[in-house]
Amino acid sequence: MTESPDPAAIVLTDVCKSFAGVKAVNGISFRVEAGQTVALLGGNGAGKTTTISMLLGLLSPTKGEIRVLGARMPDERHTVLGLMNFSSPYVDLPKRLKVWENLTVYAHLYGVRDVKGRIKELADDLELERFLKRPFGDLSAGQKTRVALAKSLLNAPKLLLMDEPTASLDPDTGDWVRSYLERYRERTGATILLASHNMGEVERLADNVLMMRGGKIVDQGSPKDLIKRHGHDTLEQVFLDIARAPHFLEGEQGLEK
Amino acid sequence: MRNDQEQAVCTPQPSFSVRRIFALMLRHLYVLRRSWPRLLELMYWPLVQMILWGFVTKFFLGHSDWVAQAAGVLISAVLLWDVLFRANLGVSLPFIEEMWSRNLAQLFISPLRDVELIVALVMMSLVRTLISVTPAAFLALPFFDVWVFQLGVPLLAFFANLLIFGSVIGIGVAALILRFGLGAESLCWLGIFLLAPVSAIYYPVSALPGWLQTIALMLPSAHTFEGMRGVLFDGVFSWSHFWWAAGLNGVMLAAASLFFLHMMKQARIKGLLMQQGE
Repeated sequence: MTESPDPAAIVLTDVCKSFAGVKAVNGISFRVEAGQTVALLGGNGAGKTTTISMLLGLLSPTKGEIRVLGARMPDERHTVLGLMNFSSPYVDLPKRLKVWENLTVYAHLYGVRDVKGRIKELADDLELERFLKRPFGDLSAGQKTRVALAKSLLNAPKLLLMDEPTASLDPDTGDWVRSYLERYRERTGATILLASHNMGEVERLADNVLMMRGGKIVDQGSPKDLIKRHGHDTLEQVFLDIARAPHFLEGEQGLEK
Repeated sequence: MRNDQEQAVCTPQPSFSVRRIFALMLRHLYVLRRSWPRLLELMYWPLVQMILWGFVTKFFLGHSDWVAQAAGVLISAVLLWDVLFRANLGVSLPFIEEMWSRNLAQLFISPLRDVELIVALVMMSLVRTLISVTPAAFLALPFFDVWVFQLGVPLLAFFANLLIFGSVIGIGVAALILRFGLGAESLCWLGIFLLAPVSAIYYPVSALPGWLQTIALMLPSAHTFEGMRGVLFDGVFSWSHFWWAAGLNGVMLAAASLFFLHMMKQARIKGLLMQQGE
């Protein structure tokens, strides 16, 4: 791993990603300090998932530099993949495998020392005990989210990336997940970066918000700052402001050829 | 770099890990263990083939001098062909299964290395192939009085060469499916059958037209089947065919692995790893 004296968990410098000439992410730069929770906010096609994929090393940037925990992504990803993890309702686990089997496989992949002990610990923590022996494919959306969360915490990650962690969950389960994330962060000091459409969730969890549109970061700040600066009462109003304001359309790279 | 909690929970991540290979194998063994239809299917096709070719052999024993010289030649050929066929599927199907279950991205954000994925797939191929052909190999004795193991130690050499060549094809197919998506999944079956006529499974290479013989002798499979007939007809193990098969396998395995790694790199550029799935 090339030396990076920067203690920030994530540093992006002028990062672009194009697919067949279409710019999905266009020259974004930001940093996430260790221990912070940062939200990527934006409509569909804003570039959130592309950004997260690049942070995970699943996607190479067309231009710019990405450093995650000091490692240049994706070339140096193997030095840090064991220190981070990811949870998303859009990326499944094998459906035919039972929950404990899925967790066992991933515990071995992450080199967990005490596989059974760690699974037990997470099962207690996330209330998975009842369905540990059921196939993953048989679970409800809420149960699957909890299992995906358990998988993403197996290695006690220093950096946790989440793509819409509470999408398609009922309000009660969504609230439960958010409370768990708050407790987890408080307990471990982990850095969390989440992409979300849920404004309440972002207001509650995030220290800082990066507003994305057309592959660019068009605004950023703490939820309170953004609300104050835009002269609104809620983050949702700020989101709509940005999503609908015509001046943001100028040079929208997400639509450019 | 590692925080205290993570250090306590995980072991350090080596650059090559047998444990990670085992983890990926475990994922497929869990599925096999519980799915008796899959296990039965693995054994079913070699058995049916063995029975079919057993009767063909019985017929030819009275009607063909060539087969009469070595009664086990067709059944041995069909079982070794199945090693090649299953070895190919043993690599490509578990890979496709990761795509079907939308699990590929999860694997590639874990510390699993691309090379470890290839090794795990080849190891799973060995497991699946053994499950597949072993019952048919043993049942050929009571059914048709053919003891495949009469090939002796050379059988191991044939098995190993066909297993590696089947895996090579499987790795190539997996790389193409990664690039072109699940629409290309039929390549699992098409690729191997394309090579069957030039692999000289049931007839000698000399039965092929001259130009096709040249192509056949560039395949490890043709050398292996020639070697098998040498043992059965003349009782002689051809080291020449063995080394040709092993050498070609070495070159092809390296080429297929590099091709797979190249496709992985392309997948990272084109964003294919996040999109895979039904």
